[in-house]
Amino acid sequence: MVDEKLNRLNRILKDYSDAPGPLVQVLHRAQEVYGYLPADVQLRIADRLEIPRSTVHGVVSFYSFFRTEPRGEHMISICTGTACHVKGAERIVDMIQEALGILPGETSEDGRFTLQDVRCIGACGLAPVMMIDEDVYGKLDRKKVEATLDLYRNA
Amino acid sequence: METITLTIDGRTITAAPGQSILEVAEANGIRIPTLCHLEGLSDVGACRLCIVEVAGQLVPSCTTQAVDGADIKTQTDTIKVHRRMILELLFAEGNHVCSFCASSGGCELQDLACELEMHSVTVPYSYPRNRIDATHPWFLIDRDRCVLCGRCVRTCAEVEGAHTWGFAERGSSARVITDLAADWGEAESCTSCGKCVEVCPTGAIVLKGASNAEMRKDSDLVARLTERRDHE
Ligand code: SF4
Ligand code: SF4
Ligand code: FES
Ligand code: FES
Repeated sequence: MVDEKLNRLNRILKDYSDAPGPLVQVLHRAQEVYGYLPADVQLRIADRLEIPRSTVHGVVSFYSFFRTEPRGEHMISICTGTACHVKGAERIVDMIQEALGILPGETSEDGRFTLQDVRCIGACGLAPVMMIDEDVYGKLDRKKVEATLDLYRNA
Repeated sequence: METITLTIDGRTITAAPGQSILEVAEANGIRIPTLCHLEGLSDVGACRLCIVEVAGQLVPSCTTQAVDGADIKTQTDTIKVHRRMILELLFAEGNHVCSFCASSGGCELQDLACELEMHSVTVPYSYPRNRIDATHPWFLIDRDRCVLCGRCVRTCAEVEGAHTWGFAERGSSARVITDLAADWGEAESCTSCGKCVEVCPTGAIVLKGASNAEMRKDSDLVARLTERRDHE
């Protein structure tokens, strides 16, 4: 079986092999290929770019953009910015946890949803707010959270 | 030879250019407390305990160059207050229970607490939950005692050339890791040279089997090794 992703990663590594300071770029592109950066991918990158493994992992774990766990089909971003916090973002997190059994940073067992918290997405007037993928859902309450999740559950 | 002239604590001192304030002070018998600095390693200014006052500003003396005409103070009340607070924060950030620590009695953090007269910690302890990694056959790391000075990281990279240690995460989750943050025992890059044990200023990296107050370090090792290297 041809490992298409591995081929792409090797191509990326080749493209960047002579570039100065290529690590962050390569990690970005590798995450595009795999959706996240598992240990074996980090290892390959470190060894091919001849950068210490501990440095590679340091960079991966420093930037919140990089993920070391696979991501679900849909990303739920709950806003915990100031306005949303005041309007009860905490309760929304609880509701989602009840409904899907996941905390921020986790992915549901069926691989459907990943939950993350974000700071202010610029829709404070609609607080409390969450985004699922690119769509914003505001003025949330229990009913609305459930109805919204159903849209994605059954899709 | 070109020289610079500067004042430290009112004393006029002549020195060669290109040295840090700390180097000039040490060469002249002026004691400045340090933690992340270690002779033979590069300086990174991580701990800030070596702060001094230059023209009313607090700067780390290990990473600040001594320049001609500088007026440096090493022991003002402001400095003392800040040094003590930095030290308190270091204690509060970990779980430094000396009565259960292998390095008690031979610990640079403990020594600094005595030197800086830190009688108690006035900020709340954060009681982090850390993992002890005892997977290496001879050494272990107890992150409860780690002050993130990075001496292990720099020694392993600059002296041993193995680059096993690194920093992961940031803020209050920052920690030292081996390779890709898997167990130390699995770290292929580690040569088991033991230098990180010797340079770690606290009881974070210790020899396995050392029990309370039994561990003694030899942190001058790095200075001796690099000095020999320079003579080659
Ligand atoms: S034992 Fe030597 S090679 Fe291994 S981590 Fe410590 S300093 Fe690095
Ligand atoms: S393990 Fe020791 S040497 Fe390494 S950063 Fe922590 S305190 Fe410093
Ligand atoms: S605080 Fe939530 S959108 Fe601004
Ligand atoms: S000794 Fe200078 S900042 Fe740590």
